Amino acid sequence: MTRKQKRGWMIGGGVATLTVAAILVLFALKDSVVFFHTPSDIAEKPVPAGNRIRLGGLVANGSVVRGAGTTVSFKVTDTLKDIPVNFTGVLPDLFREGQGVVAEGTIGTDGTFTADSVLAKHDENYMPPEVAKSLEARGVKLGGSAHPETKAQ
Amino acid sequence: MIIEFGHFALILALLVAAFQTVVPAWGARVNDGRLMRVAEPAAVSQLFLLLIAFCALMHAYVTSDFSVANVAINSHSTKPLIYKISGVWGNHEGSMLLWVLILALFGAAVAVFGNNLPATLKANVLAVQASIALAFLLFIVLTSDPFARLAQPPADGNGLNPILQDPALAFHPPFLYTGYVGFSIAFSFAVAALIEGRVDAAWARWVRPWTLAAWMFLTIGIAMGSWWAYYELGWGGWWFWDPVENASFMPWLAGTALLHSALVMEKREALKVWTILLAILTFSLSLMGAFIVRSGVLTSVHSFAVDPERGVFILGILVVFTGGALALFALRAKDMRFGGLFAPISREGSLVFNNLLLVTSTATVLIGTLYPLLLEATTGDKISVGPPFFNMTFGPLMLPLLLAMPFGPLLAWKRGDVLAAAQRLMFAAMAAVVVLAVAYAAFERGPWIAPFGIALGAFVMFGAVTEWATRIKLGTAQFDEVARRAVNLPRSNYGTLLAHFGIGLMVVGIVATTAYQQERILVMKPGDTVEIGGFELAFKGAVPGRGPNYREDIAQFDVTRGGAAVTRLEPSKRLYDAPPQPTTESGIHASWRGDLYVVIGDEQTPGSYAVRAYFNPLVRFIWLGALIMFVGGGISLSDRRLRVGAPRKSRRSAPIAAE
Repeated sequence: MTRKQKRGWMIGGGVATLTVAAILVLFALKDSVVFFHTPSDIAEKPVPAGNRIRLGGLVANGSVVRGAGTTVSFKVTDTLKDIPVNFTGVLPDLFREGQGVVAEGTIGTDGTFTADSVLAKHDENYMPPEVAKSLEARGVKLGGSAHPETKAQ
Repeated sequence: MIIEFGHFALILALLVAAFQTVVPAWGARVNDGRLMRVAEPAAVSQLFLLLIAFCALMHAYVTSDFSVANVAINSHSTKPLIYKISGVWGNHEGSMLLWVLILALFGAAVAVFGNNLPATLKANVLAVQASIALAFLLFIVLTSDPFARLAQPPADGNGLNPILQDPALAFHPPFLYTGYVGFSIAFSFAVAALIEGRVDAAWARWVRPWTLAAWMFLTIGIAMGSWWAYYELGWGGWWFWDPVENASFMPWLAGTALLHSALVMEKREALKVWTILLAILTFSLSLMGAFIVRSGVLTSVHSFAVDPERGVFILGILVVFTGGALALFALRAKDMRFGGLFAPISREGSLVFNNLLLVTSTATVLIGTLYPLLLEATTGDKISVGPPFFNMTFGPLMLPLLLAMPFGPLLAWKRGDVLAAAQRLMFAAMAAVVVLAVAYAAFERGPWIAPFGIALGAFVMFGAVTEWATRIKLGTAQFDEVARRAVNLPRSNYGTLLAHFGIGLMVVGIVATTAYQQERILVMKPGDTVEIGGFELAFKGAVPGRGPNYREDIAQFDVTRGGAAVTRLEPSKRLYDAPPQPTTESGIHASWRGDLYVVIGDEQTPGSYAVRAYFNPLVRFIWLGALIMFVGGGISLSDRRLRVGAPRKSRRSAPIAAE
């Protein structure tokens, strides 16, 4: 094998691998990226039914209703607007009314969000940063401490 | 008093690091042996001072000295002793102290064991290492002082986040950091080589043991973290492609590539420029991991106390060191010709292939991790990139890598014979086909592709054994010849064998548990039974319990299999006293076949609970594989040829022009 052929192999192999990887990345980014919305975002610019999104906000006070089996319904609010959510499964430890949550799923034609996963952070004063940022952008004042290290008893 | 002493030692360590950054490097420049030699005592005393500081903080934790702000915020007097100790690194300030301690430990190890290094290279390595320590010590002293006192100490502390009060997590950070930080040595060697403007095969020989040590600890550290997430977070999963997980995984991928490319450099004096670049990038990815975790720029399930200001400081460190090293690289790389052209079918060709795929997959993980940041900065859209992205990109890239893995060690240097290698692998391939058939028979449902994945993992395992059998001439030579060869086979060969075998085992575990996991979510009242994974799970009811610093509701499940009692599982829901936070404790019955995994949720109506049960087939193989890789790394490290400080005084001063 000549030097030129060897170089051809190396360059060809490298370019081929990178091309395949780039195509995979582009397709994956197109298909599997999930957008984050707050209830106000959805009120302003409705999301097509069936699109997979993440819905973030606080669990509205007094909204949690346990249904049959492990079905739970509650409302996610950003203090301006709220959206009803249905979820079947086991809620995370820190799921409570007034707490920040991120639910992932799809919104139905009736405006009800069906979640297949609900995340609550492992921190009692946690507010998902996306929610905090969105709320601040809308001028909602947030009480409570910003992060656990600054809070002392 | 001890605290002030520790604080003082920390500041002294900073001064020593500053001294160690400047003086030996200057000595190397003007070729003054005395100035260069001061690096050694400086590195050792830096370690000693940081050890004092670390012990002082630990003392404060063990004695519950709540006049120290860090202790008051993160500890509690009723916490068990082991978590008082692990609490030292369970918070931002303490973990940064651990970080610099390990930096200094590696620096001192080079100073003590690196007897065979050329004087200027050693001086430069230690100077660069000290400059990294200096940056992080400045960071600690200026933004994250662990020794700050409170004017009015509280009666008791806030406590450690309960999910961190766990034995696996107690030791996860030291292992992980040893891995992360250990790559700093490869970085320091790379920068030192660039400063000197010359690299040779001996350089790779010196760097490889340190890289291997770091790689071992990173492997086991990541595995421990994954194991912890598996049983403690109660989600039944073991990897979530979370930004914080990716932050540790990217240096691992790059470090694995570095280990392999250093091999080519050592044996063939090729890939020099590439290896140096990889050494820089690996540690840069470690630094980026630190930035991601500390700054909170990415939403993660692992909450670490985050502070944007500190994030900016670490970003600064990242920019200075990565940018500086890359600038130096750009300046010097033109002097080092890109040598190393070789036949695609050869040992070095296969190692290049390995590097190409590992680095490309690192890049895809990097894109998936940082894309949300990029998009939000440019368009304001907030997105999350989840497991589907990584499965679609990372998975396909691993396929050719795994397929090629058994071939690599069977190919000769310079010119390999792929047909001969394939012949030797016939047995492994046939065994893999048997595994494929067994997998189809054993798992009736699931994706059709999954048995192929399991067979691929088996092929890698059998391939590793084949390589060993070939080297000791198993089946072709007399027994005593085989035994002699088995004994005399270098330990580094056994290391490779075990590491590759461990990867194969891990692949089997990953595919099996991903494709065939069974899940049941339901509400159970006492007396209810559910069937899963061949087990019957009978709920007996829940009883309250009390631990040293928590209360809990313990659910009791009797597990039977075909009527025969197997075990009793007791998952629980805990409420810790300080901080008052609930956690889920899973009940796991581990067997070779797989794990039966049960967690309880909220009490629905009095006495009845939401229950989540999983059967995770072969999930133990994942961590067992990582453990085997760790052991393999250790055995390889003990090889005489590789041992740190092994005698080889060939001081070839050929400049970098390769080939």
